[in-house]
Amino acid sequence: MLTILFDGIAYGMLLFVLACGLAVTLGLMNFVNLAHGAFAMAGGYVAFIAVNRFGVPFLLGLPVAFLAAALIGILLEQTLYVHVYRKNHLDQVLFSIGLVFMAVAAVDYTMGSSQVFIAVPDYLKGQFNVFGVGIGKYRLLIIVICGLLTAALQFVLSYTRFGSRLRAAVDDARVARGLGINVSAVFATTFAVGSGLAGLGGALGAEILGLDPQFPLKFMIYFLIVVTVGGTSSITGPFLASIVLGIADVAGKYYVPKLGAFAIYTVMIVVLIWRPQGLFARGTAK
Amino acid sequence: MSSAPLAPPDAARLVMNRARWRFSEIVFWIAAFATIFLFPGRHLILTEIAILGLFALSLDLILGYAGIISLGQAAFFGFGGYCAGLLAQHQLVTEPALALVIAGVASAALGFVTSFLVLRGSDLTRIMVTLGIALVLRELGNRYDGLTGGTDGLQGIVIDPLFGQFRFDIFGHTAYAYSLAVLFILFLLARRIVNSPFGLSLRAVKGNPLRASAIGISVNGRLVAVYTIAAGYAGVAGALLTQTTQFASLDMFSFERSADVLLMLIIGGTGYLYGGVFGALIFKLMQDWLASLTPQYWQFWIGLVLVVIVLVGRERLEPLRGAIRKRILRLRPRKTAA
Amino acid sequence: MPTVLATENLDKRFGGIVAASNVSLKVESGARHALIGPNGAGKTTLVNLLTGVLRPSAGRIMFDGRDITDLKPHERVRLGIARTFQINQLFADLTPLETLGVAISERRGSGRDWWRLAGSKHGVMEESIELIERFHLADVMSARTAILPYGKQRLLEIALAFACRPRVLLLDEPAAGVPEAERHEILATVAALPHDVTVLLIEHDMDLVFSFADCISVLVNGALLTEGAPEAIARDPRVRAVYLGEAANV
Repeated sequence: MLTILFDGIAYGMLLFVLACGLAVTLGLMNFVNLAHGAFAMAGGYVAFIAVNRFGVPFLLGLPVAFLAAALIGILLEQTLYVHVYRKNHLDQVLFSIGLVFMAVAAVDYTMGSSQVFIAVPDYLKGQFNVFGVGIGKYRLLIIVICGLLTAALQFVLSYTRFGSRLRAAVDDARVARGLGINVSAVFATTFAVGSGLAGLGGALGAEILGLDPQFPLKFMIYFLIVVTVGGTSSITGPFLASIVLGIADVAGKYYVPKLGAFAIYTVMIVVLIWRPQGLFARGTAK
Repeated sequence: MSSAPLAPPDAARLVMNRARWRFSEIVFWIAAFATIFLFPGRHLILTEIAILGLFALSLDLILGYAGIISLGQAAFFGFGGYCAGLLAQHQLVTEPALALVIAGVASAALGFVTSFLVLRGSDLTRIMVTLGIALVLRELGNRYDGLTGGTDGLQGIVIDPLFGQFRFDIFGHTAYAYSLAVLFILFLLARRIVNSPFGLSLRAVKGNPLRASAIGISVNGRLVAVYTIAAGYAGVAGALLTQTTQFASLDMFSFERSADVLLMLIIGGTGYLYGGVFGALIFKLMQDWLASLTPQYWQFWIGLVLVVIVLVGRERLEPLRGAIRKRILRLRPRKTAA
Repeated sequence: MPTVLATENLDKRFGGIVAASNVSLKVESGARHALIGPNGAGKTTLVNLLTGVLRPSAGRIMFDGRDITDLKPHERVRLGIARTFQINQLFADLTPLETLGVAISERRGSGRDWWRLAGSKHGVMEESIELIERFHLADVMSARTAILPYGKQRLLEIALAFACRPRVLLLDEPAAGVPEAERHEILATVAALPHDVTVLLIEHDMDLVFSFADCISVLVNGALLTEGAPEAIARDPRVRAVYLGEAANV
């Protein structure tokens, strides 16, 4: 059972790293970016190419994935997304769906439709046995990396000037602009970092979640759940939501295999009925 | 300065002007039915267009007339499809028209039950919830593969002749006439609903829900009602697909379905009931053409179209759409490309 | 005169902000009751509480002796409370004729009819025309509300509340934003309202208030400062103090 808890936490933290960029995008610019998963996929495939085809060491492949996704993110943001910020939600939804379709088809065309596996180094295979509990080495790595990232994010948000600018802009963009904060720059940076993190998550998660061209569509709902349940006004909300969902999903699939995937959907629906703004939101529904 | 006050019948005429049958509409429907005889070789694709048109019409009811953004209309499409499929597979109801009605009513019931989830929260919440419902149904279908056939789909469906007389042939003649007739009947119904006091109050709710409730209208009640009706329409569309193709599969619940029908409606235009049909026509033609160019990756081009439409601006489409509308309704009967 | 609308110790807090504090207001049946106070005093919040748009943090609202605190806005309309909004809340794509028709149908119970065409009920049309005439909207009755001049929109705003045949009408700054030339039409219409309708008026225009009201309540910082006949209020030094420095026509 503890193994399940451990696996659930690993899964949850992975979800968090994948989804946090979306949470900030939504909270900051009130933009519904359904294409967020495409950046994760991009990072995953870049890592795949780097590690499997160019022999880049696995641990180095991760920052490469981050950078690639961040670069694609900033490119798309500056050329396309900026034109769509002010449009209504329906337009944003249509736009991001369009991007997803393009991304999925493009990857399918270039990389083929079957699932790819990033070569995991030997020292990450297998498990430790700690007091009779099986601790998967790979999942341990996930927890460590994601934990460090989360801590770094929290640090940046709370203790750096950029972090306070970001928090100000999330709280009230107009006032922030009035105070001289370059909200566009803040957003561009955040979008890049968020996409980069998604890319990193995609690379890291390829082993557990499976990486194929359908990835953005398959996991879109998961990211949305994390963001809706966790709210968009802090990091802790989505973080806790991810952990809860990760554990619920793993436990659900283990104990009740027939209905396993429901755990997540049921949690989502229940939460949305109870609190339409999310569990941890400030109370202002956007 | 003051003229004599208007007599009630004249005022009524002003209000009912919206509901008058335009000449172009009559021409459109005559042309549509004419295609049964004029394009016997194209009935298969025309059937698809009619079904998708009905599906898009269901989305127009909630998006165009009630302002609800749904990414999960496919939930009802699939549900209706499987209802009809199961009824036929287990020979519970052999008359297809009756099975169609049952599937529609069942889908409406599902819509009613889930409508309460859609009332609360913001646009994003609605997107999530509607998406979630469609995914849950898909999962359910997957798990209970004994009943649904799982990823293989519902096999061995045999649809009896319509009204005991009209066999569903491989050329789709019966299928097309059937689908077009159902589309027309449901369209008439939708048209009446939309121009009724109920429909007018819906428009008020969409335009200004705050004021609507301030004049005594139960906003939630209206939304539940229209969501239920739209679910029924989507269910009928799904049932039609199952009956005319003698097959049902889980991809009827898929996100791509919901996204495609949204795109169709966007292309055709929301809020005037014909947008769904036009959009379905254009979408299908586009899809056919793109698929002939790049068989596997036409989804890329669909995505590109979506992105371009948004970047250019949906409102800019209006003059273009108006021009297309006029051309489609004026030229007879050259509706589809050779 | 019996009390038709009353609040008992009404509180409304938004986080740290107190929008209404212990407000116990009584409106007599048939009264011409005005609610005045400086900007931000909480007048519109009070109207929102009375109509159910906002839920109170504490306290009760009574209508005809019945507790309506938990009723939703549309339910209160059915009981006989209607309001206008400070900023026009209209249906941009509907015509005045259709707009009034919607409200009248709803009131008469035929608002959910889906099987017949809108406009086919003569009774509804008759009432609509009567209101159109009364509120001087005859020349624009078939135009889209969005393109109407502001003054006409304001008249429609009031006519719409009136279409609900309310027993209590809450008017939130009916003449606000209306150009000088068109103000008198609004004011005359408000003055011509029949006396079986109780009116609670929020206004900044003191000329209008003192000519119209038979009872004035003064709201400051969410609390009722004082209440009484116009002459008493005009003489009250506290009221003067509150308005000192305001560009009001006292």
